[in-house]
Amino acid sequence: MSAPTLVSIRNVSKRYQRGKQSVEVLQNLDLDIGQGEFIALMGPSGSGKTTLLNLIGGLDHPSTGEIRVGSERIDSLSDGKLAKWRARHVGFVFQFYNLMPMLSAERNVELPLLLTSLSSAQRKRNVAAALTVVGLADRARHKPSELSGGQAQRVAIARALVADPTLLVCDEPTGDLDRHTADEILGLLQALNREHGKTIVMVTHDPKAAEYASRQLHMDKGALIDAGAINAA
Amino acid sequence: MKFFPLVWAGLWRKKLRTIFTLLAIVVAFLLFGMLQGVNSAFNATVEKANVNRLTVTSKINFTEALPYAYLTQIEAVPGVSAVAWFSWFGTYYQDAKNFVFSFPADPVRLFDMYPEYHIDKAQLDTFEHTRTGAVIGVELAKKYGWKIGDRVTLHSTIWTKADGTSDWPFDIVGTFEVPTDSSQANQFFFNHSYFDEGRSFGKGTVGWYIVRVSDPKLSAQVAIDIDKRFENSQDETKTQTEKEFQQSFLKQIGDINFIVTSILSAVFISLLFATGTTMMQSVRERIPELAVLKTLGFSNGRVLSLVLAESVLLCLIAAGLGLGLASLIFPALKNFIGVATLSRSVVATGVLFAVLMALITGLPPALRAQRLNIVDALAGR
Repeated sequence: MSAPTLVSIRNVSKRYQRGKQSVEVLQNLDLDIGQGEFIALMGPSGSGKTTLLNLIGGLDHPSTGEIRVGSERIDSLSDGKLAKWRARHVGFVFQFYNLMPMLSAERNVELPLLLTSLSSAQRKRNVAAALTVVGLADRARHKPSELSGGQAQRVAIARALVADPTLLVCDEPTGDLDRHTADEILGLLQALNREHGKTIVMVTHDPKAAEYASRQLHMDKGALIDAGAINAA
Repeated sequence: MKFFPLVWAGLWRKKLRTIFTLLAIVVAFLLFGMLQGVNSAFNATVEKANVNRLTVTSKINFTEALPYAYLTQIEAVPGVSAVAWFSWFGTYYQDAKNFVFSFPADPVRLFDMYPEYHIDKAQLDTFEHTRTGAVIGVELAKKYGWKIGDRVTLHSTIWTKADGTSDWPFDIVGTFEVPTDSSQANQFFFNHSYFDEGRSFGKGTVGWYIVRVSDPKLSAQVAIDIDKRFENSQDETKTQTEKEFQQSFLKQIGDINFIVTSILSAVFISLLFATGTTMMQSVRERIPELAVLKTLGFSNGRVLSLVLAESVLLCLIAAGLGLGLASLIFPALKNFIGVATLSRSVVATGVLFAVLMALITGLPPALRAQRLNIVDALAGR
């Protein structure tokens, strides 16, 4: 039985204006991502991986085409609605963690919950649970500067998870980590995918990192080289 | 309130910079509190002026004396219902910094002219019949611990006695209260006859006359009539309402309102630039962080509010500290301005200024944060 489609991308193109020049970063791209999949997006620099990730995560609008996540068509949402949609449905993990340096780990993790109607006590419970999932319950009061790279990335993952999003979007999540730590983080992402059923889309340059994914997609010059339909077989 | 920790943390991201900015604003609001407080105290005195009373001074300058002989002529002017007189005695107690507002006056006329000054009838009688008697406001009594029966010597910086000394002994025979304006209860009154007999010069003169008119509507005409009466004499007069007199008295010091406004405008304009630059720099440094907030789902409006809230919080804390310090220091000015507390209107205006300043300095960086494009900001463009 094939997994239901969570992300559906149809005929999506993205053009940027660089000075007087119009650069087409994505060209008529079609892609389906099934619920519960762990996708690794690979390709050389400038191939359009991050642009595609930004579109899937609702950070940007396509120039043409249609993007659906679940039942929502996100390409036509206004900036305000898209922000609300992101808060509800997407968790982001970045290469350089992008934690707030002046906030403790727990305050960083709490950030997405500030946009919900949860009470302070509920938020605290959810934050503690997310930090426990990533194995950092004992580092809750530490500031990012007091954490190692791997720990900081775990906090970032906890922040991405805490609001229980539909989709986790990770942009080079291990790009700044040594091999051993990277394996730990990838193992954690894999566990989140397998044990918690989280759909993950991860951009990576690292073939070893891509091996943790359930499907690898390769991009070049704004197009998918070997995108297959979900469970094509 | 749930966003407060985020705003607070953002404010203290660069501690040293925030402390310096905070100090600059604190100093500005301390200055505002002190200057505006003094200005406000002076204005309040003017506003409290009685509409029934006129002040007759020398046309040349209010420090020039007028002949005592004018009394009966002023009393004869139609519309005049009472006349009292005073002179500026210019004294201190023991040390030059212990300035005392002291005036020779006619006891009965004084308390008849100022019914708002409450004194015991028996004490007034004693005052009237004691040559060296003096009555003091309760605030002054409290300040120096003086009480009825005490003998107090004041040193006049203007008036020497016939023996060449300037120390004038007085016997405290009464105290008075001014429930409507406690700042008036720091005065020291004594018998004019004692003063006139004792002084080595200026005998037969008074500093100024206070005239009560039977009807405030007649004030303007009575003032004209009094001045006409002494026109072309050696001592021409200038008659003004109590309010006008107090305003012109303050103008002798300088146009306080103008001076205060000028100084504060310069301070606040400089501060706007300094704080505005700091806020811009603070937001510029945090562009990736603000982009992350937007990525997490913070709307443009929410990000704008957070930056503005930071600016408002900074300015309100600094204004609170500055105005608080001003409130603590202000009582030290009581001797000079007669008011011991910073008025609520000054504090309220200060808070309003703080919010206004926060919005002006916070809006440009807040708008920048609001317009931030997430993809560009995350990519460091």
